[in-house]
Amino acid sequence: MTLVFYCAIIAVVLLLIIGFASLLTSRNFIRILISLEVLMKAVTLMIISVGMVTHRIELTQSLVITLIIVEVVMIAVAAGIVIGIHKHYDTLDSTKLRNLKG
Amino acid sequence: MSFSDITSDQVVMILVLLGIVISAVVAVTVRDLLKAAIALAVTSAILTVIMFIMNAFMAAVFELSVCTGLITVVFISAISLTRPKTKEENVKIEKHKLRRFVLLPVILIVVAVSLVLLFSKLNINWAVLTGTSTESFADILWKVRQIDVLGQIIIILAGVFGVIVLFKERDVK
Repeated sequence: MTLVFYCAIIAVVLLLIIGFASLLTSRNFIRILISLEVLMKAVTLMIISVGMVTHRIELTQSLVITLIIVEVVMIAVAAGIVIGIHKHYDTLDSTKLRNLKG
Repeated sequence: MSFSDITSDQVVMILVLLGIVISAVVAVTVRDLLKAAIALAVTSAILTVIMFIMNAFMAAVFELSVCTGLITVVFISAISLTRPKTKEENVKIEKHKLRRFVLLPVILIVVAVSLVLLFSKLNINWAVLTGTSTESFADILWKVRQIDVLGQIIIILAGVFGVIVLFKERDVK
């Protein structure tokens, strides 16, 4: 079982790296949200694999359900904000929003 | 451990983990936003399979219904409500992006290797962490984590109010 756990950890690290790389390089708001989702998936996979290896899968399941609820609320509110930005400024490019730039 | 010790279950698990990484790469690299959202849904579905293999059934059901279903619907409606960029603009942005982040792959590889090394150096005592879990999932969710459930309800209400405020402001204007 530890082999599976170490493979899961490597997958978590890869998912985190993919998410951070996309988060740093993207300028489209929806793509930034997708990167955040990938990071959330990495965290979920980490929690579940730790629960598997410590035989406390029930506790980690309840943690994951909390995480999923936070995730979906964040995405719903962020998607609303993105739609509002598109209505106001007619762009999804984060570099074109310079109203608050000093 | 030699390669002959690896069981078929472990092979399946490793293939599924490979699948989640590949689908995440597709989700962040594909140019069409709609395809990216669908690749993200595939990532969630593969994560559900992993949860089922690891015996986390309740979390798997939540992941499948909420992350694969609801979040994909939210993304696709957001994409269809906002006008996607034309192909020429995208190509221009991609070129600009590549010029700005030349050193990023090197930094990310260093971070990844250091994370894996850090994890292998951690001397975790699994014997202490591993307990005999006799409680059921419902017991833990409703008895041990009562206050957290209250917090979840507050978070959901905050999300609902956030969405209401956003859409109300737009109607006024």
